[in-house]
Amino acid sequence: MQKTTSANTASMSVSENETLIELKNINKWFGGFHALKDVSLKVSKGERIVLCGPSGSGKSTLIRCINHLEAIKDGTITVAGKEMKHDAKSIDSVRREVGMVFQSFNLFPHLKIIDNCSLALRRVKRLQREEAEVIARRYLDRVHILEQADKYPAQLSGGQQQRVAIARALCMEPKVMLFDEPTSALDPEMVKEVLDTMIGLAEDGMTMICVTHEMGFARKVANRVLFMADGQILEESAPDEFFSNPKHERTKAFLGEILAHN
Amino acid sequence: MNQLDFGIVIERWDELLHGVALTLALSIAGIVCSLVIGVIGVAMHRTRTPLLQAPVIAFVELIRNTPFLIQLFFLFFALPLLGVRLNPTITAIIALSINGGAYSIEIIRGGVESIPRGQIEAGAALGLSSTQIFRDIVLIPALRAIYPALSSQFILLTLTSSVCSSISASELTHFAQRIESETFRSFEVYFTITGLYLLISWLIMTALSSIGRRHFNYPN
Ligand SMILES: Nc1ncnc2c1ncn2[C@@H]1O[C@H](COP(=O)(O)OP(=O)(O)OP(=O)(O)O)[C@@H](O)[C@H]1O
Ligand SMILES: [Mg+2]
Repeated sequence: MQKTTSANTASMSVSENETLIELKNINKWFGGFHALKDVSLKVSKGERIVLCGPSGSGKSTLIRCINHLEAIKDGTITVAGKEMKHDAKSIDSVRREVGMVFQSFNLFPHLKIIDNCSLALRRVKRLQREEAEVIARRYLDRVHILEQADKYPAQLSGGQQQRVAIARALCMEPKVMLFDEPTSALDPEMVKEVLDTMIGLAEDGMTMICVTHEMGFARKVANRVLFMADGQILEESAPDEFFSNPKHERTKAFLGEILAHN
Repeated sequence: MNQLDFGIVIERWDELLHGVALTLALSIAGIVCSLVIGVIGVAMHRTRTPLLQAPVIAFVELIRNTPFLIQLFFLFFALPLLGVRLNPTITAIIALSINGGAYSIEIIRGGVESIPRGQIEAGAALGLSSTQIFRDIVLIPALRAIYPALSSQFILLTLTSSVCSSISASELTHFAQRIESETFRSFEVYFTITGLYLLISWLIMTALSSIGRRHFNYPN
């Protein structure tokens, strides 16, 4: 894998002062298993963070805590200035600011693409159908899939489905996007179209946290790469530094394995 | 009386057709109410709130472990003691709905449990409430998954409606019994009735499949 210092990064600015997400000493347990151990993380507006690490290290769990798909035991999570407690109201207000894209797309099979995208606009933002569809079409166009609007998810390829999933999340106009291995369920020839969509988002200034092992994407887009192992963030640095000069032994071992496969 | 004589059946054909229409109406009412009870019961069960969940479990267990005829008699003879007096046909519809509803809850619950977690999580991440997730995301794919089983349960309900003749509800079997007791042409009457029940089942099945094709026919 060659080293690329991306030209794009220059156009992606990070405003240092505005914190969008702050995790303070969060702990997550699955029964007796300590999945997140006192994790803290601060994400500023406009940051593109890549989260990597071995299987079972807690990457998914960490980002799923941010929109309360998993409930933490202690610590605090603040998103766009709102602290998330366990009550429905604060969970809702955080979810309004956070979009999520899953490994397995999770499109709703019984709804046409346009309805997949407009459902939450109608139900959560209470827009009329026509209004919601205008917004949905705008974002479908943005991920270059507008012509599929009247098909059902099963009629689309994996890459197309994942782009719809991205559009569906964008429709809610979130302040931050979470990606949980968005390309790892895809056939190799479809990975690029999804990564290109994500790169486009980053260039437009979207704040994002991506769990991915696409190291080319990390080099090109990320401003920080975090390495997780055993429920902790062991290392974090700018991508160039992360790949050329990893400090932790576990990071070196992990990179050795990943890069051997790429 | 040894000769077969279908003349009697032909003579009272309009009465039998009326019975067919009443049985269809009774069955359709029972099916619609069963479906409503099934969906509401599953929605209550899904809340994981003991106060809503426990009555659903108790209801399903009670109905599925007692005979339909006893449930029917209970409604017909016991309710009047509590001051509730209903005509036999209304009682029959209620009994069929309660019985069909309990089985529908069981079947639909299976469908809901077959929906991948990711579907619910995607809805939650978009900010939908759990009621909205159930209604807009889970319900249609869940019904689709169990639609064949639910359809055969509804055919069973249709056939079970003949038991309601025992409280003299207006339906096909009751009419048949009346014709039989007046003419003593048992074989001819029940032979004809068998054919008419086949017709009724076929009509209900056809209607159910066309509803299925309309609502659950998205590509998967
Ligand atoms: N619902 C759950 N119940 C019990 N244990 C869980 C649950 N979800 C995750 N875990 C455990 O928590 C740990 C972290 O899981 P997580 O899915 O966050 O890992 P990951 O880093 O995303 O791994 P992968 O790269 O395989 O996706 C794992 O050991 C996993 O077995
Ligand atoms: Mg994971």
